[in-house]
Amino acid sequence: MWVLLAVAVVVVGFALRLNSMLVVTVAGITAGLIAGLSPVAIIRAFGTGFAGSRSVTVFIVVLPVIGLIERYGLQEQARRLISRLRRLTTGRLLAAYLLIRQATCALGLTAVGGPAQAVRPIVAPMSEAAAEREHGRLTDRMREKIRSSAASADTVGLFFGEDIFVAVGSILLITGFVDATYHLKLEALQIALWAIPTAVCALVIHGVRMLRLDRTLSRMAEQGRTASGRGGGSR
Amino acid sequence: MIKVEWIFWLCAGFFLIVAVLRLTDRGDTKRLGSAAFWGILAFTFVYGTFVTTGSGSSLVEGIAVLALAALAGVGHPGRGTERTTSQEERKALADRFGNRLFIPALLIPLVAVVFAAALAKVTVGGHLLLEKDFATIIGLGVASVVALVAGMVIFRERHLATPFREGDRLLGHIGWAAILPQFLATLGLLFNEAGVGKAVSRITNAVLPHGVLLLAVLVYCLGMALFTMIMGNAFAAFPVMTAAVGWPILIQQFHGNPPAVFAIGMLAGFCGTLATPMAANFNLVPAALLELKDQYGPIKAQIPTAVPLWVCNVAIMYFFAF
Repeated sequence: MWVLLAVAVVVVGFALRLNSMLVVTVAGITAGLIAGLSPVAIIRAFGTGFAGSRSVTVFIVVLPVIGLIERYGLQEQARRLISRLRRLTTGRLLAAYLLIRQATCALGLTAVGGPAQAVRPIVAPMSEAAAEREHGRLTDRMREKIRSSAASADTVGLFFGEDIFVAVGSILLITGFVDATYHLKLEALQIALWAIPTAVCALVIHGVRMLRLDRTLSRMAEQGRTASGRGGGSR
Repeated sequence: MIKVEWIFWLCAGFFLIVAVLRLTDRGDTKRLGSAAFWGILAFTFVYGTFVTTGSGSSLVEGIAVLALAALAGVGHPGRGTERTTSQEERKALADRFGNRLFIPALLIPLVAVVFAAALAKVTVGGHLLLEKDFATIIGLGVASVVALVAGMVIFRERHLATPFREGDRLLGHIGWAAILPQFLATLGLLFNEAGVGKAVSRITNAVLPHGVLLLAVLVYCLGMALFTMIMGNAFAAFPVMTAAVGWPILIQQFHGNPPAVFAIGMLAGFCGTLATPMAANFNLVPAALLELKDQYGPIKAQIPTAVPLWVCNVAIMYFFAF
């Protein structure tokens, strides 16, 4: 049961918002020591683990081109495009993005969206522009709220879309593990079909929340106006 | 055959360029530490190729990795001086280029999809053209290069350094959070070795009420969500919870429909992924990338969806899987 000490390191570290890299390193060393590994073996584990999981960091290769098009005014153009579509509010835009993200992921096209290549350069500026058209200047709180929501639409769409696609990692893990351990013969397609009810629930729940964002933003804009009306301002 | 390692070297090249840019940035007070950080990271990406094939020493890689953690711990890498266009310049540029600005941005998913959907199955001389299981990552790497070339041509940008300076600007906003997901993957390995999974399954068995289906479903789904939050990954939770509850209780005792129980159990775990900083690549990296003040902003936006969705999973499993 001592291993749970390593888990506690992580929970406490993240809760206190200490530097995450240090928290994870200390937790890893703690776990390794509890497992009875020698210091050298722990360092080796860090090396193998890091080398073996380089693929999660590959998203950074898009940064030069994204930075380049930002330099030439992409976010500005994304804003302009939205200002012509008057009926597209922030909430409707994000709900639509959620649907597109989920549908494309269900077809296995997970590279269509993503925080680096879609949310930062296109979805977030468009959502902000739609809110600016409605409320004028945005407060910092509103901006944070809109960007967080844009990130959430991307992630929820990915998680509960990709599981409908047959050849995705989680389905292969289920069939691989269960077939090998319990001698069943599960069809990947059956598992994918059973992901559909949850996917529909995710679309409805998160979609409705994205649509309701418009009302939340109106309320926040109202609060922002009264706050700055009192001469306080939050800049 | 195109290997995924080439893409890792492409990343290493980018990190190396960023290291040089940091080193030559006289306005950056943290320039030495920042350059060291990105330089060491470039090394781990190239040397990692040899570590995964067994010809390199995992000890050397491990020491480099701990050096990265130490640098991050004392506040490196820094952000550097931003040399990009002003808001006014961007307005004028948007006037000039209009919707052509979207071409490179749309080329990324387009090329990536061609790789993932079409080229993934192409064989040349009996071998797959793209390394097995890595078509999406290879596609993303190639797509960024194609989009970059297209952007340079469309904007008639003459300086090759410009996109890298802009990439350095964005990477500066992300900072060490860029490699946190990789660190967490490593932590997962150490957790497994230390027997976190065994401890969780022992606790689960202790609290598991026998003979009541609804409670068994609740324990399975709750265990998936909580253990996923601890590990940051539903894949780590699935074998543990399935061995403890899913198979012996839900399938063998209550005769549940295996594909339904396992698929929904995994999705209950995904609800946990939405709510944990341990899933840094989905939750913390976007916060850094969007320059949020609250690094937990995306998690806070996701929890009100994760909770009702988890309840839906319990209900779907209880009513339709038995």
